[in-house]
Amino acid sequence: MAEMAANGQSPEVLFWVGCAGSFDERYKAVTQAFVKILNKVGVSFAVLGPEETCTGDPARRAGNEFLFQMQAVANIQVMNGYEVKKVVTACPHCFNTIKNEYPALGGNYEVIHHSQFLQQLINEGKVTLQGGGEFKGKKITFHDSCYLGRANDVYEAPREVIKALDVELVEMKRCRTKGLCCGAGGAQMFKEPESGKKDINIERTEEALATGAQAIAVGCPFCLTMMTDGVKNKEKEAEVQVYDLAEMIAKDMGI
Amino acid sequence: MSILPQLAFLLIFGLAGFILAKRIKFLKRNILLGKDEARNDRSSERWKTILLVAFGQQKMFKRIVPAFLHLLIYVGFVVINLEVLEFILDGVLGTHRLFAPALGSFYTVAMNIFEFLAFAVLISCVAFLIRRNVMKVDRFVKPEMKGWPTLDANLILVIECILMMAILKMNAADQILASRGVEHYTLLGPLFFSGLLHPIFENFSDGFLIFIERGAWWFHIVGILAFAIYVTYSKHLHIFLAFPNTWYSNLKPKGEINNMPEVTNEVNMMLGIPVENPAEPPAEIGRFGAKDINDLSWINVLNAYSCTECGRCTSECPANQTGKKLSPRKIMMDVRDRAEEVGKSLDAGGPGLEDGKSLLGDYISKEEINACTTCNACVEACPVNIDPLSIILQLRRYVAMEESGTPAQWNAMFQNMETSFSPWKFSPSDRFNWAEKVKEEEMK
Repeated sequence: MAEMAANGQSPEVLFWVGCAGSFDERYKAVTQAFVKILNKVGVSFAVLGPEETCTGDPARRAGNEFLFQMQAVANIQVMNGYEVKKVVTACPHCFNTIKNEYPALGGNYEVIHHSQFLQQLINEGKVTLQGGGEFKGKKITFHDSCYLGRANDVYEAPREVIKALDVELVEMKRCRTKGLCCGAGGAQMFKEPESGKKDINIERTEEALATGAQAIAVGCPFCLTMMTDGVKNKEKEAEVQVYDLAEMIAKDMGI
Repeated sequence: MSILPQLAFLLIFGLAGFILAKRIKFLKRNILLGKDEARNDRSSERWKTILLVAFGQQKMFKRIVPAFLHLLIYVGFVVINLEVLEFILDGVLGTHRLFAPALGSFYTVAMNIFEFLAFAVLISCVAFLIRRNVMKVDRFVKPEMKGWPTLDANLILVIECILMMAILKMNAADQILASRGVEHYTLLGPLFFSGLLHPIFENFSDGFLIFIERGAWWFHIVGILAFAIYVTYSKHLHIFLAFPNTWYSNLKPKGEINNMPEVTNEVNMMLGIPVENPAEPPAEIGRFGAKDINDLSWINVLNAYSCTECGRCTSECPANQTGKKLSPRKIMMDVRDRAEEVGKSLDAGGPGLEDGKSLLGDYISKEEINACTTCNACVEACPVNIDPLSIILQLRRYVAMEESGTPAQWNAMFQNMETSFSPWKFSPSDRFNWAEKVKEEEMK
């Protein structure tokens, strides 16, 4: 972003990478896949790079409002400094926070989740799918992320993206508004679960496996981790893969 | 005819009104123990919500069987209360079936509709009793339902059954008496449901039938008045509070957590950002987050009094489903119980909020609030738009900012965020490293 600004350019959209997208080994692959799609399509975009910090989502949800606002205000200063208008992110937590919670602190942007962005690109014909790719005809189930679904009523965009791959989309019993959490939201990602009789991600993975799907599609870094761990726990990692939507699209495009 | 019954009726009616007024005052004061919050914006959307969710029972229909049975009771309650208007006028004026002459044959039609609904309510209440006590539907037998909540639920269903049976018995006796030409009784057209009782009642003497009819009449009207008072002590209050409660629904996206402006000024000062009106003395900050009910919004307390403990929230909660201690329904019940405790103490001249107890600690434990994934399943599930998540988050804010009592792993996460601006301990300068692989590939 700094580079583009120095050259007097203003990108169409800011890709908010997020901490998982920047540091998590598995989710870095998603960031890379999404960027490859954007490059291929020729979208004018920028990232903040080292100027980006955590949105503050887990701090706020764990109750630390000071820390949340420290992160948020700093991010808003940076984004407003670059006169950012539109933000796309592959993380529903970043998406929710920037979209819904930054306006109260002076950060007003058009914010969309990468599932919505991908859907737009597909609808506009900018992303052309081969349709005969490795997912063709496979059974795939989609796990709704709480911060995309219930929190922001985005249920159809990710499903439209998956269907564009010419696959058989199978739904879990608890889907859309009734979707079961992966267990990581509300800062649970960063601590051990409270004591109980089962971990939430195991409960959810069992439900996903029960559909007979060959792959579980997600649109969230935390869900990706939780579902991947769940599949490993069930010793099904050889048969069932967990993918982010962007990875599936990039694979189909052969990039 | 003696004027005594009329006097007795007026006395009972007046007494019930007096008690009810006192109870309403008590409840209103308890609800307003919560902090002020204005939520009357977007009124057209609020009207729409109240119409769909409260009047239209929209969210009940996520579970079709209880929704249908509940609808019968709801419609029965609303429609049969039209008949209560006649009851009250008859009681005051000493008349009998006051509306019958004016309405003519339509009165018989109306009475048949009332009887059908009374029968439908009866069947639904029996079905609900079976669901609770025989089938033991999971959400009705959770730990927080032990004791009074279960008794309360069963009492309501049994009382409703008895009240409905009283209507049918009264009509049956009434019509047999009318057919025998007994004074004061008006012969209507055939009444289907109470007609089914005729074979049992036909052999009774006039005197005994008058006893049954008058007994059922008095039982029904006094029962309804007593029930109205009982409701104010019960989870059944939802029959009234569901309406204001849905009006005050949170209309923002569910994922949005409200901002704390009292924190924003301090944060801006720390970051060296000019603060608006810096000369203005900081507003009185009671506490960060919530420890007790007076730290919550009054809407949170209204939510608690509107909760009928159906447990749909708890049955959808991922933490509860996997055996954690958290139950969103219990959160609401705790808020209500605490408000009742404080209210009663204040009325008795006691210490009220200063009784050395608090919502957090004495009612709700940290283990419960720490188990929440903020997934909004409870909020989505509630048929009357109660928001347990808002309360959980306010309690978490108190624990984090006033007590520094968050779990150690969260404290470590806070520390990472303070020092390296990410919940994980990575160097901020490595944030862009992912791009190298993309560049490499594109060079090829």
